[in-house]
Amino acid sequence: MSIKILEKKILADVSGSRIVQIKVPAKDIAAKAKAGQFIVLMVTEEGERIPLTIADIDSNKTTITIIFQEAGLTTRLLGKLEPNDSLYALAGPLGHPTKIHENEDVFIVGGGVGIAEIYPVARAFKAKGNRVTTILGARTKELLILEEELKKVSDNFYVTTDDGSYGKKGFVTDILKDLLIKSDKSAPYSLVYAVGPIPMMRKVAETTKPFNVKTLVSLNALMVDATGMCGCCRVSVGGKTKFSCVDGPEFDAHEVNWDELIKRNKIYFDKEQHICKLLIK
Amino acid sequence: MVKKEPVKIKEVEASIRAGNFDEVILGYNEDEALHEAARCLQCKNPLCISGCPVGIDIKTFIYKITRKDYAGAYNTIREKNNFPSICGRVCPAEYQCRKACVLSKKGLPFASAQAINIHFLERFTGDYGMLHPSPSKAACSGPQIKKVAIVGSGPAGLCCAGELARAGIKVIVYEGLHKLGGVLRYGIPPFRLPRNILDYEIDSLKKMGVEFIPNFIVGRNKDVDELLKDGFSAVFLGLGAGIPSFLGIKGENLCNIYSANEFLTRVNLMSAYKFPKAHTPVNIGKSMVIIGGGNTAMDAARCALRLQKMNGMSPNTTILYRRSEVELPARRLEIEHAKEEGIKFKLLVKPQEFVGDEKGFVTKLRCLQCELGEPDSSGRRKPIEIPGSDFEVDCDIAVVAIGLNANEILTKVTPSLKTDKYGDVIVEQESMETSIKNVFAGGDIVGGEGTVIEAMGMAKKAAKSIIEKLCNQR
Repeated sequence: MSIKILEKKILADVSGSRIVQIKVPAKDIAAKAKAGQFIVLMVTEEGERIPLTIADIDSNKTTITIIFQEAGLTTRLLGKLEPNDSLYALAGPLGHPTKIHENEDVFIVGGGVGIAEIYPVARAFKAKGNRVTTILGARTKELLILEEELKKVSDNFYVTTDDGSYGKKGFVTDILKDLLIKSDKSAPYSLVYAVGPIPMMRKVAETTKPFNVKTLVSLNALMVDATGMCGCCRVSVGGKTKFSCVDGPEFDAHEVNWDELIKRNKIYFDKEQHICKLLIK
Repeated sequence: MVKKEPVKIKEVEASIRAGNFDEVILGYNEDEALHEAARCLQCKNPLCISGCPVGIDIKTFIYKITRKDYAGAYNTIREKNNFPSICGRVCPAEYQCRKACVLSKKGLPFASAQAINIHFLERFTGDYGMLHPSPSKAACSGPQIKKVAIVGSGPAGLCCAGELARAGIKVIVYEGLHKLGGVLRYGIPPFRLPRNILDYEIDSLKKMGVEFIPNFIVGRNKDVDELLKDGFSAVFLGLGAGIPSFLGIKGENLCNIYSANEFLTRVNLMSAYKFPKAHTPVNIGKSMVIIGGGNTAMDAARCALRLQKMNGMSPNTTILYRRSEVELPARRLEIEHAKEEGIKFKLLVKPQEFVGDEKGFVTKLRCLQCELGEPDSSGRRKPIEIPGSDFEVDCDIAVVAIGLNANEILTKVTPSLKTDKYGDVIVEQESMETSIKNVFAGGDIVGGEGTVIEAMGMAKKAAKSIIEKLCNQR
């Protein structure tokens, strides 16, 4: 069973930092996948197993769309594949799906390539009659992805860029804080759902804490098997050890031990640099 | 009454083998096998067979070796065990058939050296069978009307698949990982079980018509009900033990503290010892510490030491275990191998706390010395901490090898599947049928952590019930 890439699109390309979208056939995954879940894939037989979020499923439930930023070795090798090239392995859906509320006010916050992850979640919330306020953040205008798609599923929609090249200059948390201050105390937001770089998610958690609003983040811990077998992805949440792959990937942002996560995500920093130098031309 | 000394097995010299992942034990040649087989007393009432979880007719296969009827010996084993080349390498024979052997001194927790080397003879016979395939074990040409799904391609799944295929049943094996073999692939290192042996055994199942589907997670892609509705007459769950246990002590989430599952999966399944040719990394330290005393701990320690040597570091790998040497649950052979290769053992030690540096990497492990008290529920003497005996060991990589809990990925989404307080699947002891009709289970998901051959024993029982059930349905 070959997993041939059907479509490929470069969503962003800023001085070599590319965000790439691919569509692959995955009947058995598409039939079951829900918003918030992820897959694990291998580019070659010698490759790593890496987890990536399912960004979309086609309406016939035969293909899935994956969006990734070329960062480490495996995402860069993945970015080199063209339509008709094959993945070595693909498995999922993994992790718990997002629990979708009904008829509530929710914030959906996405930063960088994390926007790919909040898109299916925002859409699922919208479909259940929630009032969706979306805040997207990117370093610069060219790195902003899925803007139109997210606009369509949002009641309120905001964009920030670090350099002010588009939307409001600043961070997603600036807008989030403003809106929380102005929010109607009798009808408060029931949830803030945030996915992005760790510093962003951490800042979101710090921002929402004083407002006592439930905040969920989807964590990008390192994984190997991604089915609960190895414990590589363990994170401390509320002082307890959890496995991101089978207990998550979503956790209460106010309970996550961010320092530990940041450190654990750098376990292979040296080896990653070494192998990238060797294998990426 | 013992006439001859046991025939020693040839092994690669410790200083050489510890620098690579090639097989350590070289096996008997024909002459050695004949000599060892000749030591067998051919007891009227052979006790060894009672020690084998699958009931191999040990007496007969050894007799056939003495008659140089190796094909016959192979067929005798295959009547009960589909994978003699695997079991001859990984069975803890000294706790099973060899312990029951009449030549073994009694009153020891494991077989004495005088016991017949049944496992080496099994390996010799299995490897002979591999090199001289006979038509008798070729594909079953039955109509394959009935179809059975097997979940998991580890020892239990492979064994069940073989039994069913031989009975003319169509078998499809679903495996969640990208490669087949389960713990035989991700857990047991190639220096104990070379991959060509495992591949050969899996290929021979394929030749019998067994179909394998990797990257398919039952419980995610399909659940058990859907499999039954899809036309499978029965389902066998060989899910294995899944979630690694940790010590629950302070500092355990520091960087470079691995579960044995993660460490071994990186090294074996993902071939991290070939990094950067294989892309999955594993970190290697100056002072590698393995916590635990089972086979998994020995495997992890021997992998760690090899990684150190292969990377030009001086070997420094230590096993910490809270009881004394006699209680080490690992195979005696692996303990000897580990010692020969230079692994240090610090016994009667209980880890208290991991200490790390400012970057979050582990640097030291604080421990307490223990002494042995009265036997506990496991029958082994209980380690008791000695107050004030605190000490530290250098530790820049730690591997926690203290056991596994049930993986609940499938059981959680299958509420009608009854499990016990450990999350293990409950089965009817004779038939191995679960609380769901036509769904059977075996291996570690039933018994907790056991051996490869125990898993196969359960899988055989389940296969027998499945075959009986399907025949009655016809």
